[in-house]
Amino acid sequence: MTTQQAPAIQVHGLEKSYKELKVLRGVDFTVARGSIFALLGSNGAGKTTAVKILSTLLKADAGTARVNGFDVATQAAGVRESISLTGQFAAVDEILSGRENLVLVARLRHLRNPGKIADDLLARFSLTDAGARKVSTYSGGMRRRLDIAMSLIGNPPVIFLDEPTTGLDPQARIEVWQAVKELAENGTTVLLTTQYLDEAEHLADRIAILHEGRIIVNGTLTELKQLLPPARVEYVEKQPTLEDVFLTLIGTKA
Amino acid sequence: MSKHFFGDTTVLLGRSLRHITRSPDTIITTAIMPIAMMLMFVYVFGGAINTGSNSSYVNYMLPGILLITVASGIAYTAYRLFMDMKGGIFERFQSMPTARSSVLWAHVLTSLVANLVSLVVVMLVALLMGFRSGAGVLAWLSVGGILILFTLALTWIAVIPGLSAKTMEGASAFSYPLIFLPFLSSAFVPTDTMPTVVRVFAENQPVTSIVNAIRNLFAEQPVGNGIWIALAWCIGILIVSYVFAMNTYRRKIS
Ligand SMILES: Nc1ncnc2c1ncn2[C@@H]1O[C@H](COP(=O)(O)OP(=O)(O)OP(=O)(O)O)[C@@H](O)[C@H]1O
Ligand SMILES: [Mg+2]
Repeated sequence: MTTQQAPAIQVHGLEKSYKELKVLRGVDFTVARGSIFALLGSNGAGKTTAVKILSTLLKADAGTARVNGFDVATQAAGVRESISLTGQFAAVDEILSGRENLVLVARLRHLRNPGKIADDLLARFSLTDAGARKVSTYSGGMRRRLDIAMSLIGNPPVIFLDEPTTGLDPQARIEVWQAVKELAENGTTVLLTTQYLDEAEHLADRIAILHEGRIIVNGTLTELKQLLPPARVEYVEKQPTLEDVFLTLIGTKA
Repeated sequence: MSKHFFGDTTVLLGRSLRHITRSPDTIITTAIMPIAMMLMFVYVFGGAINTGSNSSYVNYMLPGILLITVASGIAYTAYRLFMDMKGGIFERFQSMPTARSSVLWAHVLTSLVANLVSLVVVMLVALLMGFRSGAGVLAWLSVGGILILFTLALTWIAVIPGLSAKTMEGASAFSYPLIFLPFLSSAFVPTDTMPTVVRVFAENQPVTSIVNAIRNLFAEQPVGNGIWIALAWCIGILIVSYVFAMNTYRRKIS
């Protein structure tokens, strides 16, 4: 099977085009086990495309990718056992209740005690009160939390989060960040895509920037910062950011 | 076939049956149009139509109405599949260690259940309107078998737009010609009153042979070779549409 030392995700020379449009033109990166890796890129950079290839939903035109030791092209079933995907747009069943959604995923992952798994996750994502309600009545943030909760079922060793906090309010965003950090602390490998630089800064052990089909930089935050001229020391009065104000007013400790 | 195929299909079937029990209006909408047609034909046009038999007009036209019920019911099959594709839950299922074709089979079986319920509703209304049959158990079973095959054949046709449509209208528009087909058959008037061109089409299209077979079974008349032609049509359409649907599906998930 897989050796503990091998990286959780290895990507080599990945290429993908949609007809004429070359989206990925040779993408390389590796993600160490238990780390959080952020893939940054502007709209249309190909982040979702890369995530879909890694989660076996799309086939690459060229290059190889291994997830948890399994080749995405030839060992797709092994990859699917090892991962869980939270797509860019919440993939929840609107007609079922939140709890039923969780039970459904637990059943499809062939786990014991789906009911208990569902209740635990509802509690963990502050959805217990809404658990019996139809998802179509949920707010965007609740839906996203449920979506992420569904991805944690079965504790897969690798989790893909495609723009997990887009459209969330700052408070919900912090909750998601907290959940992601806990995952990594427990040894889960997380690959997340984002357009928010502060999100990558906050969460990621390593950050890669996808631009024009290639990874143009890949490193830790400190390494990335060194790419720019050294910081000058300036003394400025610390103004609260809008985020601080917002969070104070609604009574959350950031 | 994956070892989880039956279990996963059952779980997913439970899910889509819940969709139906939570919006029973889809069953009612499916049944209402054929019922309205039945009322109109029997109480408005029926007196003017000479079918050349002594039995009541409702007996004559019920088989055609049953086929129309199925043809309008499968629009919802396409619709439900389309909604899963669009909502992203389809991709979630595909990225999980779930038997891949279970997602499709669950929709197909749901379509079968939903259409059978609609058929029973239409049949009950027909009984209220005076439909009578002295058919024995074997004849009823044969009618049931033909209707199940017909539903499966049309369901696999519905899967194709369900998977590939770009809009919701596109996903269900394919059913209009299917609903129209019984009007160019022996369903409402005997074909020998039709102009030659129409008659040739009517006598050689699948609906006529299926309608005639069901009508003869209900009327305790010999079915002759006609029933084999009807079955051949159902099975032929079933196989062709299954192959096309599976091809579409494979293209979608690879
Ligand atoms: N199925 C498809 N067919 C054709 N083109 C596609 C398809 N999917 C994506 N594209 C194109 O590929 C490019 C990359 O898309 P992708 O969704 O991977 O970008 P992204 O980095 O996730 O962007 P965003 O930040 O907006 O989510 C875009 O130009 C997009 O229009
Ligand atoms: Mg994207």
